[in-house]
Order: sequence, then structure tokens, then C-alpha cells
Amino acid sequence: MDALSPASTAWLLTASALVLLMTPALAFFYGGLVRRKNALNTMMMSFAATGVVGVVWATLGYSLAFSPGNRWIGGLDYVLLRGVGLEANGEVPHLLFMTFQGTFAVITAALISGAVAERMRFGAYLLFIAAWTLCVYAPVCHWVWGDGWLAALGALDFAGGTVVHVNAAAAAVVAALVVGARRDHGRRAMLPHNVPFVLLGAGLLWFGWFGFNAGSALAADGVAALAFANTFFAPAAALTAWLLLDLLVTGRATAVGAATGVVVGLVAITPAAGFVSPAASLAIGALAVGPSYWAILRRSRSRLDDSLEVAAAHGMGGIVGALLTGVFAGAAWGGASGLIEGGLAAGGRQVAVQAVAVLGTLVYSGVASFLLLNMIGLVVPLRATSGDERRGLDGPQHGEQAYVDGDGAVLLLPDATPPAERPQLTIEPAAATS
Amino acid sequence: MKLITAIIRPERLDDVLAALFAIDVRGLTMTRAAGHGGELERVETYRGTTVKMELVDKIRLEIGVSDGFVERTIEALVAAARTGEVGDGKIFVTPVERVVRIRTGEVDAAAVTPAEPASAESSDS
Repeated sequence: MDALSPASTAWLLTASALVLLMTPALAFFYGGLVRRKNALNTMMMSFAATGVVGVVWATLGYSLAFSPGNRWIGGLDYVLLRGVGLEANGEVPHLLFMTFQGTFAVITAALISGAVAERMRFGAYLLFIAAWTLCVYAPVCHWVWGDGWLAALGALDFAGGTVVHVNAAAAAVVAALVVGARRDHGRRAMLPHNVPFVLLGAGLLWFGWFGFNAGSALAADGVAALAFANTFFAPAAALTAWLLLDLLVTGRATAVGAATGVVVGLVAITPAAGFVSPAASLAIGALAVGPSYWAILRRSRSRLDDSLEVAAAHGMGGIVGALLTGVFAGAAWGGASGLIEGGLAAGGRQVAVQAVAVLGTLVYSGVASFLLLNMIGLVVPLRATSGDERRGLDGPQHGEQAYVDGDGAVLLLPDATPPAERPQLTIEPAAATS
Repeated sequence: MKLITAIIRPERLDDVLAALFAIDVRGLTMTRAAGHGGELERVETYRGTTVKMELVDKIRLEIGVSDGFVERTIEALVAAARTGEVGDGKIFVTPVERVVRIRTGEVDAAAVTPAEPASAESSDS
């Protein structure tokens, strides 16, 4: 049955590294979008997920997602990676499959940080993403890619439009509501402090996303090539569409808009990447832009402080992508028949199944995230103090600043005797005139 | 005329600007500065190098005002910039010999904002 393929193994080794790179890339994307006083904190929220979620994935997460269990959650067979060895799982070693999936868990948790940036306490955030990976990501992953109810229903999610993006976006909205808006939200302009970082992050995300989508073929074959091509063309169409919309609405093609367009296009093609033709990927990328663009305009005027637009980019993009997968999927390209190819009967059912997958994920992720955050809130405060929020979280949370020049920094030597009292300046009372 | 120089916390800048604009102070210059005002030392660590930050980021505002406007400007500054903690900053008021508005060539009280204080206090001229 399963036989190792050296070519597929080589490709998935590469793809895993590409997907892992997406999380530091996200750190730059998010880091550039916040104010300079929160740059390190925001970047660390993504960066630290590689550590915390990686550990959680190896100890328990992978088992809950992929070991044999019931329709809702996996079992405990693979706890601490017991039984995950070099034997073939599909065309690649089981160990490699587990690692590849782990990089997905990391980026999904990190995505949530965009909704709570600039005010959530770092420790509470880490607790939350650890718990969330186990209680939300692992089960939803099992539903779709393990032996779960959505897989049984026939939901199409090639690389994680629902599992990763809709899932993270639901948690993000709930987290933004539970943690509360930033004190300056709706009262002061909060501008991106480094737009080049945003472009750098979007570029690296795109690069890593080739591993995310084409790697999800789990083989070095034609499906991987199709997903790869679609990962190029859908964001290309989205970027172009976003710039055109920008030109229409504001008269200027913005750089932050271009970066956002790329991300929306990537999110939208994720569930469809291996199921649709490249021509359809152009359509999906372009069609996904409108709803996300509208959502950003609406959101920024609302009281919901989803600071870095996780819901608009990943939620809206993920939902549109999941539904359009049901429209454009073609049996000839490896998917089931969607609306266009299969007609109303078969295609209509596929679109309905896609909608069920999205709704189920939205509801479960939203409710579970709400409970988790409130439980963590009982143990530790979720929010930084108001003073720390004013000063920026970099110093208070991390003891570092993003941009230091070292002026006035005095080296403290660990073995030196504690510095003597500051020499008291004794100013001679030069004739008490005043 | 007087030159009011205020050293304030960066995180109070938005509030201070709002307070100044509310009393019709329209001309000012802002500079990012660093200073030491007896605050508790901040200790930061970079890869095992532990340092004591002796200088704290501050904002320096320079505002030229007519004499009648000095008090209200100071009141607005103090009200908006104060947190009560060490490090809130200082305000210096210095006399000014001459002011010239480059665009129009207007001089002295006519060149600082606002030329006519809302109160009946007379400005020097």
C-alpha cells in the first residue's frame, strides 16, 4: 500500500521549511503595521508561536488531530510522538507528515495575534494559543483532514482555507472582543510604523505559501504543480484587483493595500489550490478582493478593534475561497465537480457542504475561543495595564525596544560590586539670594 | 513675546496637542529628544548584555506666544502632560527679543500665535 517516494519526501521536506518561514514572515507583516512602540511585542507574538505551538504539537496536538479517534477528535495514540516513525504515511515518512502539519498549527495560532496586538499581555497570549491549538485547532484539523465529520461529508479544503484561515479569524474576532479595544481605537490615528516591513512580510508569506499549498498535495506530482501555479496566479489577480479598487476609491494605489491584496488572494486560493484550473484561480483571487476590501472599510468604522484585519483578510478571504471552491472545483483537475462543472445538482450540494464546513468551524472556534479566553482571564489578566499600553508594550513586556541607539545606556557588569550611591551633587549654597 | 519650551512624555503628546489646539495655540515645533529627569532607571537586556537606560525618550515642544497667552498655554500643558509620576517633564519660559514670520515679514507679537489673546489682556508691542 503506502510506499515511500524519494521525490515526494524531498519536496515535503522543502515545503515544511517554507511553511515554517511563513510565521516569521507574518511577524514582519504584522510588525510593520503597528506603532513603533509595539513593534517587538507584535513580532514576538508571531515568532514565539513557532516555539510554544511547536512544543504543544509534538506533545499532544498531533495526536488529537491525526491519530485514530472518532468523528470529532483524534485519540491519544501519538502522544509525545510515540508510534510516529520513519514508516510511510502516503508517499512520505510519517515523521515528515507530522512535521509538515505542525508548521500549519504554528502559523494558524500566530494569525490570531493580529486581532489583539498592542494591548494583550504576552504571557496570557502564549497560554491562549497553547490551549487553543489543543482545544480548537486540533479538533477542526481532525474534522477536515483526519477522519472527521467534515471529511465524511465531502468538504473540500485543499490546504486549509477553513481549518487555518476561517478558524483563526473566528478566534481573532472573539479575542478582540474579549480582550477589548485598544484605548486609542476610534479616537486616534494609529498608523503603520514601517510599511517596507509590511511588503517584506507579504513577500515572504507568498514565498512560504508555495510550500503551504503545493506541499498540501503531499506528493511531488501534477497536483502539486497545479497548486503551485494557482498560488502564483490567484494572489497576482488579487493584488491587481486591490490596486484597481484602491485607485477607484482613493485615487492612489497604496503599498499596504498591495500587501493586503496578496494575502487575501493567498487565503482565498488555499482551499481551492489543488482542485481548480489556473484560469479559475485568477477569478477566485479577483473575486475575493471585493468582500475583504468592504470588510476593512466597515470594520475600521466599527467598535470592533480587530487591529490588523484578521477577520477581513483571513475570515472573509477564507469564507469566499471556501465557497468559490464549491463553484470552480473541477473533477478534471482533481477535485469534485463544483457548480460550474457539475451543474446545480452536484455543484449545489458541494457549495452547501462548503458552507456547512465554514459555519461549523466559525461556531465551534468562536465559542471555544470565548470559553478559553475567559478561563485564562480568571488566572492571569488578559490585558496590559493602561500605562503600559500608553508607553508601548515593548519595554514593559520584553525589556527591550525595537529601535535603540544606545544613547545613555550604561553597561551593568554582572560580577561588579553593586554601583555605589549616585554621587550626590552638592551645590554650594552660593549666597541665598532668591 | 515668550518662548515656551516644554519637555514631555512621548505618550502624552497626543493629549497635549489636543489641549493646545483647543485653546487656539496653532504654531509649535516638536522635536524628539532624550533626557534624564530622575526617573527610576529602566534596565534592558540584549543577548545577555544588561544595560541601565540613563536617558529616557522625551518630546520637546517649542511654542512662541504673546504675553497674554503664556499662562493659558502653561495651564494646558500641565493639565495634559501630568501623570503624577517622576518624569512628567518641565516647562521653561524664556523672553524673546524678536520674532519674524518668514512668509509675511510680520514681526514680534503679530508673528506669534495667537496675536490676539481671547482675554482682554494686552500683549506687549
